[in-house]
Amino acid sequence: MKKSKWSLLLTLVLALSMFLAACSGGEKEKAGDSKDGEGTTSEKPAEPQVLNILDGEEIPSMDSSLATDAVSFEVLNNVMEGLYRLDKDNKPTPGVALSHETNEDGTVYTFKLNPEAKWSDGSQVTAKDFVYSWRKALHPDTLSEYAYIMGPIKNANAIQTDGDPLYGKVEELGVKAVDDTTLEVTLEAPAPYFLGLTGFATFYPQKEEYVKSQADKYALEANTLLYNGPFVLNEWKHNEGWQYKKNDQYWDKENVKLDEINVKIVKDQATMVNLYETGQTDITGLSMEYVDQYKDNEDLYTRGEATVFFLRLNQKSEALKNANIRKAIDMAYDKQSMVDVLLNNGSVPAYYLVPSDLASSPDKEDFRKTNGNFGEYNVEKAKELWAAGLKELGKDSVELELLNYDSDGAKKMGEFFKNQLEKNLPGIKVNIKAQPFKQKLELESKGEYDFSYAGWGPDYQDPMTFLDMFVTDGAHNQMAYSNPEYDKLINDAKKEMDQKKRWEMMLEAEKVLFEDQAISPLYQRGVTGLQKPYVKGLAHHLFGADVSYKWAYIEGKQ
Amino acid sequence: MLRYITKRVFAMLLTLLIIATITFFLMKLLPGSPFNNQEKLSESQRYALNEKYGLNDPVPVQYINYLGKLAQGDLGYTFQFDGRTVNSMIVNGMGPSATVGFEALLFGTLVGLVLGIVAALRHNSFIDYGAMILAVFGIAIPSFVFAGLLQYYVGVKLEWLPVAFWNGPEYHILPAFSLSVGVIATVARFMRTEMLEILGTDYILMARSKGISKNAVIIKHCVRNSMIPIITILGPMAIALITGSLVIENIFAIPGIGEQFVKSINLNDYPVIMGTTLFYSFLIVVIILIVDILYGIIDPRIRVAGGKS
Repeated sequence: MKKSKWSLLLTLVLALSMFLAACSGGEKEKAGDSKDGEGTTSEKPAEPQVLNILDGEEIPSMDSSLATDAVSFEVLNNVMEGLYRLDKDNKPTPGVALSHETNEDGTVYTFKLNPEAKWSDGSQVTAKDFVYSWRKALHPDTLSEYAYIMGPIKNANAIQTDGDPLYGKVEELGVKAVDDTTLEVTLEAPAPYFLGLTGFATFYPQKEEYVKSQADKYALEANTLLYNGPFVLNEWKHNEGWQYKKNDQYWDKENVKLDEINVKIVKDQATMVNLYETGQTDITGLSMEYVDQYKDNEDLYTRGEATVFFLRLNQKSEALKNANIRKAIDMAYDKQSMVDVLLNNGSVPAYYLVPSDLASSPDKEDFRKTNGNFGEYNVEKAKELWAAGLKELGKDSVELELLNYDSDGAKKMGEFFKNQLEKNLPGIKVNIKAQPFKQKLELESKGEYDFSYAGWGPDYQDPMTFLDMFVTDGAHNQMAYSNPEYDKLINDAKKEMDQKKRWEMMLEAEKVLFEDQAISPLYQRGVTGLQKPYVKGLAHHLFGADVSYKWAYIEGKQ
Repeated sequence: MLRYITKRVFAMLLTLLIIATITFFLMKLLPGSPFNNQEKLSESQRYALNEKYGLNDPVPVQYINYLGKLAQGDLGYTFQFDGRTVNSMIVNGMGPSATVGFEALLFGTLVGLVLGIVAALRHNSFIDYGAMILAVFGIAIPSFVFAGLLQYYVGVKLEWLPVAFWNGPEYHILPAFSLSVGVIATVARFMRTEMLEILGTDYILMARSKGISKNAVIIKHCVRNSMIPIITILGPMAIALITGSLVIENIFAIPGIGEQFVKSINLNDYPVIMGTTLFYSFLIVVIILIVDILYGIIDPRIRVAGGKS
């Protein structure tokens, strides 16, 4: 009897200890993390300048030369500053630079830096910090996945190209610190978008002395990084969230109104909405299924982005090599109802490649406005072209594969496209192949598909970021499209000194692309969400970072 | 006993090696690269990146290199976040995951046992039926449905508990409860069935006829003998719970490890795929060993090599 009692006890102790052992790490973690991260919501006489928001992911990188993704870009944009930064109208406004001058042909920029621009340790941001950081980004050992963005600077491409005599020779880069407050940048060819590009993360300065002192710890935690932007990272709890505090050393701190921004990582859409409803976040994005529910809510916002989605039409496919077939396909599905019914988030149907509101000509006219739309939804005409195409092919039926993303939204789009095509084009059969993101990209780059659902966002504020994708054998062409006329226009435009001529060439290139119906554009993406009316002054951007909090403030919350 | 355990530990290591091998070679069949900006990388940049991470080597060479590091307990660096080791990701992520999982397990097991015992003792009564209807619902309805409902009604409508996030103890209640529903249901059903079977055996009748009180019989004989199947299912259930649930962690914004089991595969994050798989397998083999040892203690008839040592 006695023995069995003990053994029962032993059993329980063993059972317990195995769970406790497994979770002991957890208990410790919890103790350290248990303080309230909700920020100061206590009553103060003046309105507290605290913004509470959500983000979908942990920050992958805080090293400006390594960052590649939307979350990193957004955080960096608010804690760092380049020569210029984009304002709410996406116009470059002075950051570290006070002003700049260009030489006659626009290939040499001389930036005058603001002596008041400081790092968060109080030291001055100098021209050397830019030279160091830009060279670092390009250095082959850094393995920056975004280094190609420096392409417009003299020798940047050669330095990145293995086998080139200049490979790895970063000191040959066209950037020079004349003195502490003068930075001279030489470009390969004039690039009217260069000023805006200096606000992109890869172009931010880094202080060599500090970066080297932190070695491989640099930018891994909130306190192993120097800041020079409107905010600093006060706290960074990995996988949980982070907190911005106003930067006391910032040269323009009079214009920074928010004292604190609390960001929590939330991945579930229903949770985001619930947090918004209970006032724990001031802003949330909305996916399609929630848009109807909040249709009449005055907090609902819709905003256009500069990302365009389109179908790659792979000309490795015998059928899609035929221009009539490509044209027929583009006309045979209703983009308007696709956008209205399936997306319902402020996206607009695209009949073009270069998105609207991205870039304006030297005469200040939007690229889109000049070139207008290409193609339309016209089933009758589609059927005619389809019949003509089939005849040229000598076939009466065609089977094509649509390579798709595996998200719910993309799957619905795929079904819609298949349905419309099979209804409107007699003899077509569309098979859908949905793949996880990375696998989809891989198949696409190998050209193993007929149609692929693809998207492209701008890297800089110029039509070229879209147009040079489709030059013959371009890395992002991926659909065997080749037109010497198109190639010539793009290559000439890249070298053209006269901005008006350059613009004309780009307009012409887009026309050529659509005469060939090289792609079938789907939509220009929009985003929908909820934002409390007391959040004011957010600046949204079309490339790089999505948003700047520099000018944001809280008004009328109480 | 010691010899038995030593033998088992060797078998465990072998199992882990086999799992590591299969996972490694299967993982290398995944198309695509682990780089975040794959879409915009040029061919030469991609080559340089592959070179740096040793991904241009033949797969068997990569495998040997990996095993070498693994033997030193180094799981490598993730591709998702700069400069973060897989070891630190697992350690940091396991904290919240295991906390919630353990709370759910403890609560679920206790409530489940009580429900099961009561149902068996009040066989064919309303309590029995009630408990079993609850159990069927608990098994049939997935935890994320409970989680969603709880979050909305308790968090948003009643405002009794926080909607999400990971701060004080009150933040644990909803996720732990959502996870425990399945545990309660499973444990209750197993316990009831076992108890009913044992209540009908001859030795229980004999114990009662010897004059031992009903309560003593139930605790010392019935419950103890019913523990075998419970222990068997609790092992794997415990591991599933403490390694975190992707959906529950997403719904309540818990910074756990759960999502990495799926995300790492989608992102081709090789070191994390290996790390999470091996970690999970390691827990499984350890738990199986512990469960086997527990069997012997609960029921001497199953004691494997115990007689001799």
